[in-house]
Amino acid sequence: MDIIVCMKMVPDTSETEVRVDSTNKDILKVRLIYTTNEADNYALETALLLKEKLGGTVTLISVGPQKVDEVLRMGLAKGADRAIRLTDELFDKGDAWTTAKALAQAISQNKYDLVLSGCIASDDGYSQIGPTLAALLKIPSAAYVNKVEVLDNTKLRIDRELEGGILERKEISLPALLTIQTGTNTPRYASIIGIKRAGAKPLDVFDAAKLNLDAQALAGLTELDKMYMPKVESKAQFIQGSDDEISDKLATLVKEKAGL
Amino acid sequence: MISLLIEIREGQIKDITYEMLTLAHKLAAAQKQEITSIILSDNCQQYADTIKQYSHKIICVEDPLLANFNTQVYLPVLSNIINDTKPNLFLIASSGFGTDLAPYLAASLNLPLITDIFDLELNPDNMLARRSMYGGKINADIISKSLPAIATVRVGSFEKILASNLLIPNLSAEITKLPFLIDPSILEMSKFIEYGEVPTTGIDITKSDILIAVGRGIKEQKNLAAVEKFAQDIGGTLACTRPIIDAGWLPKDRQVGSSGKTVKPKLYIALGISGAFQHISGMKSSENIIAVNKDPEAPIFSVAHYGVVGDLLKILPLLANRINALKG
Repeated sequence: MDIIVCMKMVPDTSETEVRVDSTNKDILKVRLIYTTNEADNYALETALLLKEKLGGTVTLISVGPQKVDEVLRMGLAKGADRAIRLTDELFDKGDAWTTAKALAQAISQNKYDLVLSGCIASDDGYSQIGPTLAALLKIPSAAYVNKVEVLDNTKLRIDRELEGGILERKEISLPALLTIQTGTNTPRYASIIGIKRAGAKPLDVFDAAKLNLDAQALAGLTELDKMYMPKVESKAQFIQGSDDEISDKLATLVKEKAGL
Repeated sequence: MISLLIEIREGQIKDITYEMLTLAHKLAAAQKQEITSIILSDNCQQYADTIKQYSHKIICVEDPLLANFNTQVYLPVLSNIINDTKPNLFLIASSGFGTDLAPYLAASLNLPLITDIFDLELNPDNMLARRSMYGGKINADIISKSLPAIATVRVGSFEKILASNLLIPNLSAEITKLPFLIDPSILEMSKFIEYGEVPTTGIDITKSDILIAVGRGIKEQKNLAAVEKFAQDIGGTLACTRPIIDAGWLPKDRQVGSSGKTVKPKLYIALGISGAFQHISGMKSSENIIAVNKDPEAPIFSVAHYGVVGDLLKILPLLANRINALKG
């Protein structure tokens, strides 16, 4: 089975304060660490497990500047066969639709049975590229998938996660696109030997012209007006002091509210 | 015209439908527009009867193949409706169904889409939508460059519409039934099989009066033991956020949030939880919420009654000692 995995590099903001920069169109990124989007790691692991079972190839694809090669090289070190990076000012100017168009154009030049991506990007949270890409490729798709079973060479049985712990089970024919939910599997770490081998694997870079895409084709359908800090209407009473003082006050509070 | 897709799962109209109707009334009243509700089902009448007091028009498409949600089956049906009726705005739930359907539909029709919005303004030639980014730490205003546009609406962002308090009262929608015409080969591409449930380990966190919930701030699996012990000391149950489940540190039935359980304990202690929307929606109705987090701007403090800005790994051992001392 030939599988294409869409990967995104994102700033890791899960445990840090996030601030808007002076343009009001982006966040302050100076001190942030960049990493693979969390859900994309699960998508890659899904692909690698399928490849181990069924044979075939895993191709990684991403959009962004040279820095993004770190994400792709890590994926190659884990066992992907080759990588493609799409980079152009025209991609940066657009929206999710623009990114999906660039990805679709590049992917359609390859042979594939399955396209995978993470179910959501931790930065913008759009959950939009996957099914958009499927529509452009004219293949069926399923979002928030947390189980993939290959029925035969033409069909998958999948579980999708709905609200409140309910799963939707369905069959989907290949070629198809799935967006993979976090927690679906246990993403592997790259081995030392894998990291050594990754440097020799092909990583091709394409711009818009090479994909036969122009400004008109890549024009976004939406635009970011501004970013701003949410008004945190906190009614919380903050407990302050040294760690010891805080713990004293907190213990009294917990004892009262827990009815000890 | 403002249109919305009624969300039905296993014979029930989901609450998000009534929340979208609140938004639709707000926009339609301001713009003097009509509201069209769209029902795709194997049996439309019962749903149409419920919805007609909130809509100017209802479009029903009825067929056994529409008994359960399926993007690939909905797609040609909704595409035809949107092409024929040209609504300014088409609302879909930002739910398990909507996130599967909306981007595919928008891309097929070449229409702008803004996902997971919590507020929206409709202008004569665009829509401006408000949504969260970076796990709720940033808000963004996004504009569609044209209309018609599609938006998916975040669950819990609007109150459910109330028949006794309608911005556009005295409605009784005319119901149009459209034929169901699809190529049956679509079912070969994508077929609904059944609904399932995530297996449980027998713990029901919704039954506990006291929940001690941990998030990413716990850092390592080995730190969970101390939290578990603390939970026992105060007669509580250990719960967690999605990342803890994803890491495999706790079983799925411990998860609080939109993809886990919705809880309302007497006391909810959130340790190292920044408060992504998906988590907050599952615990915000708790009677007393105490939150400990390093980031003073963390969204969890917007719902907490008591807050501590600090490192849970430092505070927790001190707190556990004092609780045991107080208990004598």
